[in-house]
Amino acid sequence: MYDQISQNKRNSWLLVIVITVFLVLLGYLIGEYWGRGYGYGGIVFALVIALISGLTSYYGGAGMILALSRAKRIEKKDNPQLFNVIEELTIAAGVPMPAVYIIEDSAPNAFATGRDPEHASLAITKGLLEKLSRDELQGVMAHELSHVQNRDILFSMMVGIMVGSIVLVSDFFVRSVIWGRGGRRKGGDKSSGPLILIGLVLAIIAPLFAKMLQLAVSRQREYLADASGAQLTRYPEGLASALEKISGDKEVLEVANRATQHMYIVNPIKPFEKRAKSLFSTHPPIEERVARLRAM
Amino acid sequence: MIWILPIVVVLLIFWVVGLYNTLVRLRKRCDNGWAQIDVQLKRRYDLIPNLVETAKGYLKHEREVLENVTKARQQAINASGVKDQAQAENFLSQTLRSLFAVVENYPDLKASKNMLAVQEELVSTENKISFARQHYNDTVMRYNTRTKVFPSSVVANMFSFDEREFFELEDAAQREAPKVDFS
Repeated sequence: MYDQISQNKRNSWLLVIVITVFLVLLGYLIGEYWGRGYGYGGIVFALVIALISGLTSYYGGAGMILALSRAKRIEKKDNPQLFNVIEELTIAAGVPMPAVYIIEDSAPNAFATGRDPEHASLAITKGLLEKLSRDELQGVMAHELSHVQNRDILFSMMVGIMVGSIVLVSDFFVRSVIWGRGGRRKGGDKSSGPLILIGLVLAIIAPLFAKMLQLAVSRQREYLADASGAQLTRYPEGLASALEKISGDKEVLEVANRATQHMYIVNPIKPFEKRAKSLFSTHPPIEERVARLRAM
Repeated sequence: MIWILPIVVVLLIFWVVGLYNTLVRLRKRCDNGWAQIDVQLKRRYDLIPNLVETAKGYLKHEREVLENVTKARQQAINASGVKDQAQAENFLSQTLRSLFAVVENYPDLKASKNMLAVQEELVSTENKISFARQHYNDTVMRYNTRTKVFPSSVVANMFSFDEREFFELEDAAQREAPKVDFS
């Protein structure tokens, strides 16, 4: 279990580094395209874009997501058992009590958001409360609290921003090549031809590649949260059977969409499981997650 | 080349201070973890009168079980010393378990709203106690490892950061988190 956790952390940091290098490379190429020697300016340009979008979602992201999911905040008296289950876990993890939100939807699912443990929120659907036993609920909450403790929310935000910036910068580059011919680069030398070609190819595959990496990170972090959740409860079976119940449920979570699907404990977009093994899924296949939990 | 020496010394000092602070922080966390266990134990003492009060009306013929719980609670509160305390807590857990076993035979009581609420609180408190112990042990493990592993072990020795003791239960049955299942 401990091995899984440390290995996982390494893997996801590696992915972040790769994505960052990618962004820097792209920025450099753009700069060079604008004019010889402007490569470093391009890097700065790419990083500034990343920084601006970063700050916006760092301070405003959580509230936006909760509002988008129509989550309502509740107090302890509204559901003492749920609060007890979460309080128990905060004691086990040694983190502050997060804010608790309920989504009025009968499809069972849950997610966590917030930039750090002090500003964390857990959102749980009505369906999840109704359909799971106490132990299963605790397993799910442990998974979500692990996302908080591992700073996954911040982490996926960061990766999301990087990917978003890559998409933006590539787009910028492609457009400036198409529209800018003979514009800024008057009398450009012939030797930069290959550079433009490399840049163009890169700009086209970069967003795709970055997206794939982002999803790979997302899948890694799901495994990690499963493992560290089990480390909190010392009862992996609770989460395993909860995952089976959630994925086996026929109801559709109406408030989930493409923008928030990656946040939930089980991907709420239903045809998801069919292509779960593909490179473009946000979560690992349920069978694999359950198998790993039961092997602990 | 001589100018490099003060830089090395300064860096070294910063590094030692960093290690020292890490150790202090971990030791503080151990203390805090221990205090958390006490908080939860205290909570359990507070809940028991409530439980007894709720059950009394229904369990007219089981007075002994209730008295045992009350007695065990008093003993646990009065116990002093780690070993005494552990024993008293064990005894209290046992009496609670037998009380809940008895409750099984009284469907009215089992289904009553008050009883369900008290039970939920008590189950949760039992869980919190064992989670607090688990957290304490995890923290102690992290701290002890730090005091043993080079290079922080050097700093730990210099400033006598002593090893902390794990919380251990003697009774094998107690190792299993007290499971009180009402479903």
